Amino acid sequence: MLNGTTAEIAERKALRINAAKTCQPIGAMYASLGIHGCMPHSHGSQGCCSYHRSHLTRHFKEPVIATTSSFTEGASVFGGLANLTQALRNIFTIYNPDIVAVHTTCLSEVIGDDIPTIVKRAREEGAIPEGKLVIHTNTPSFVGSHVTGFSNMVASIIKYLAEKTGEARNQVNVIPGFVEPADMREIKRICALLGVPAVVLPDTSAVLDGPLDGEYQMYPKGGTTIPAIKSMGDSLATFALGHFASHGPAVSLEVKHQVPAGLLELPIGVAATDAFVQALRAYSPSGVAEELETERGRLVDMMSDMQQYFHEKRVAVAGDPDHVIALVQFLLELGAKPVYAITGSRGNHFETRLHEILDPVVPDAIIKQSADFFELHQWIKNGPVDLLVANTYGKHIARVENIPFVRVGFPILDRVGHRFYPTVGYAGAIRLIDLMVNALFDKKDRECPEEWFELVM
Amino acid sequence: PNAARDEMLKIYPDKTRRKRAKQLLVNDDPEKPAEIGANSRTIPGIITQRGCTYAGCRGVVIGPMHDVLHITHGPIGCSFYSWQTRRNLARPAPGQINYLQYSMTTDMTEEEIIFGGEKKLAAAIREAYRIFKPKAIAVYATCPVGLIGDDIHTVCRQAKAELGINIFGFSCEGYKGVSQSAGHHIANNGVFKHMVGLNDTPDAGEFRINILGEYNIGGDAWEIDTLLRKCGIHVTATLSGDISYEQVTRCHTADLNVVQCHRSINYMADMMETKFGIPWIKVNFIGASSTAKSLRKIARYFESKKLADRVEEVIAQEMAALRPVQEEARKRCQGKTAALFVGGSRAHHYQDLFRDIGMTTIAAGYEFAHRDDYEGRKVLPTIKVDADSRNIEEIEVEPDPTRFRPRKTAEQNAALEAGGFSYRDYEGMMREMKKGSLVIDDISHHEIEKLIELYKPDVIGSGIKEKFVIEKMGVPCKQLHSYDYGGPYAAFTGAANFYREIDRMVNTKVWKLVTPPWKREPQV
Repeated sequence: MLNGTTAEIAERKALRINAAKTCQPIGAMYASLGIHGCMPHSHGSQGCCSYHRSHLTRHFKEPVIATTSSFTEGASVFGGLANLTQALRNIFTIYNPDIVAVHTTCLSEVIGDDIPTIVKRAREEGAIPEGKLVIHTNTPSFVGSHVTGFSNMVASIIKYLAEKTGEARNQVNVIPGFVEPADMREIKRICALLGVPAVVLPDTSAVLDGPLDGEYQMYPKGGTTIPAIKSMGDSLATFALGHFASHGPAVSLEVKHQVPAGLLELPIGVAATDAFVQALRAYSPSGVAEELETERGRLVDMMSDMQQYFHEKRVAVAGDPDHVIALVQFLLELGAKPVYAITGSRGNHFETRLHEILDPVVPDAIIKQSADFFELHQWIKNGPVDLLVANTYGKHIARVENIPFVRVGFPILDRVGHRFYPTVGYAGAIRLIDLMVNALFDKKDRECPEEWFELVM
Repeated sequence: PNAARDEMLKIYPDKTRRKRAKQLLVNDDPEKPAEIGANSRTIPGIITQRGCTYAGCRGVVIGPMHDVLHITHGPIGCSFYSWQTRRNLARPAPGQINYLQYSMTTDMTEEEIIFGGEKKLAAAIREAYRIFKPKAIAVYATCPVGLIGDDIHTVCRQAKAELGINIFGFSCEGYKGVSQSAGHHIANNGVFKHMVGLNDTPDAGEFRINILGEYNIGGDAWEIDTLLRKCGIHVTATLSGDISYEQVTRCHTADLNVVQCHRSINYMADMMETKFGIPWIKVNFIGASSTAKSLRKIARYFESKKLADRVEEVIAQEMAALRPVQEEARKRCQGKTAALFVGGSRAHHYQDLFRDIGMTTIAAGYEFAHRDDYEGRKVLPTIKVDADSRNIEEIEVEPDPTRFRPRKTAEQNAALEAGGFSYRDYEGMMREMKKGSLVIDDISHHEIEKLIELYKPDVIGSGIKEKFVIEKMGVPCKQLHSYDYGGPYAAFTGAANFYREIDRMVNTKVWKLVTPPWKREPQV
């Protein structure tokens, strides 16, 4: 397996091999699904939309609905006005969403379609019924990654919908980042435990982790409601979780409606969750609930029980930048040594922040943005690791190099259940330890000499 | 069925309804199928199942070639999504690199969109060559490539001269044509121009055939290969399931092409016949009776008593092993119904498997097949290529002056045909479907929902995007693209797998658990 990958590293400037990112529109589609009653729409040729729906479906094992402008060659040359207008007419007539959230692809970006003008004309022609909303964001696939697409869509949702009435609301906004529905659910639970009313945008819980009850809901119960999104301009503050996915939208809301933006890292692990809880505390009438404090204590207890197994363990972490930054910090809390940290996405903040975190502890760690699984594999061949934490695409490396492997992030295509279990918060950290320690134990049980095969570990 | 059809069409805006009406038929006269609207542009906003030309070319036809190094020229997404998501399995010879475990792309950024990506592509090809030393490199264009005017063919030609290996490009931009289908055509043309015929050394072995349009999903091609080997038939090449570059280059030395997926590879079959004189016949290795029929047809072509006897022996053996499994599944599946909405061939082929266990297909359709796949190749002369597909290249093929070799004499062919044997004879899906069944081209999400509401089929065969939509409604969905990560389903051994799978799916307990007891019983 992967036997074309050698330890010898040849410089690559042009060829990307086994990417640790994908393109913008899938992130925008995911963000749109976090609005209640929303139909995501892909303005481009239909292949993108099918790929994005398929990949989200493979990750969530759930229906993922979206429409497309289905560009043909003619539209690609002369513009997609007719396609989008016809699409909107069909979407509202047949599928009746409250809102259509349009994103673009490299095709419509290269030809330069002006979406707001097309939408305006479509409304004048009656393709958009009274009271229905159409919003858009530009998501050129040749810029950034799927995380950029997520961020762009969230920023646009806020730009189009958030209002400031001047009457402050006793609530905060939370932009949770490109995380699982279970993470969004956990973030809401933490806010509730502090008694802080929160608008979480987007919120895919109860959208992409729905029940099977014999009835298909095109627009499931979940999703941030439009009135809630509108009210975000009146909130006391916005917490943006994750620099890459969430800071942009939070800052734009601050600029537009003067809602102060609090910038935090993804609350994975003890310190990052503590930081989130502390930030919320300022808005909490009741303080930190005992339940949450007990959870934290349980996590610390588990860390003390298990620390011998993590101490000095060499770990490779690959994935989306916000996740990798947070996971590396958690691994350090556990006493492990994150020696490789890569993301496929671009952005200097990734390297700057990780150097801040890692240089004092693991000075020889390799940190790289815009990297891929191929080079990570080459580094591993030159300096092996004890654990690999990545999305599903790490599985080939894990197999061929025989590394215990824990799947975190997006996408996870070959396991079930991840959408139900958070990795954020104290509860999420407990689960991560569970996954990581057990992966190490499984390898020991499989491979240790028989006389060292132990019942109690 | 007419009422159901009306019900499905009712909600649409006028223009949409007029178009969908042509693509949604009741199969009133299977003997003489009605004309269906197919291979026309997708209606924007309708929620189609369709993908694009790149997917049809790179993803389907050429992607499975395991020692050709594939480079997608475009932004990151296209290569990422086509990275091992189709289960075209491969097992290269020991020590060889399996390129299918890699996803390679030029990962175009804004800079290349503005200043052009040719330089980066040339550099990527060089880097790929330096690292992997492949036998051949294939380059695939994506949407922006055509628009910004990158000339991938010139880049490939220059790289080929520089590096001394075979390097060629495919202009399979996603917006071409109306579906994956255009990509098949582009792939066929490219493979024919750049690979087929490069090596004239014939395979050893008797009864040499190629299997065209079989992509080894879940190991299907391996099952077919094993079966044919038992019969004494030698497979020179399977396009393109688990195929090596070398096999492609000498597939023109075989004596018969048998076509499994008509839609994706009929172009190649025709071109090989014109240029090299290899005739082709349609076969179907999905379903027990279809597999038996196909084996007999191949044996008949070779006009060998030895082969014909051996084929009968093998069929008898295989059927003896299969029949108990078939009967067991039939006990629980007899009388149940299926609906199939799959790409461009399986919606037809799998009807045979269901029939084997007593199930009826009440509705079926393709995403992107053409009228000939629905109505049979007889309608070919009446098909008009519309504006959306006109720019797909048709290459002119001439008989090869030195290598054209008719495999049969005119007398032999006349005798075969007089005995009922037919070349190039695909009958299409509609003739094999029951009167009154629904035939739906490029089915929309809305139509699937209505179909379930009105017919409540016992199982639906479809794809990943539909699977969980359908299952939320309490109807099991068998993925007939990925096989739900199971398979193989081809040949007799595969049929046994499929019967067990369908038996499990339509009879599994989970569907009885959907409604909680407190909703079934009144409060006491």
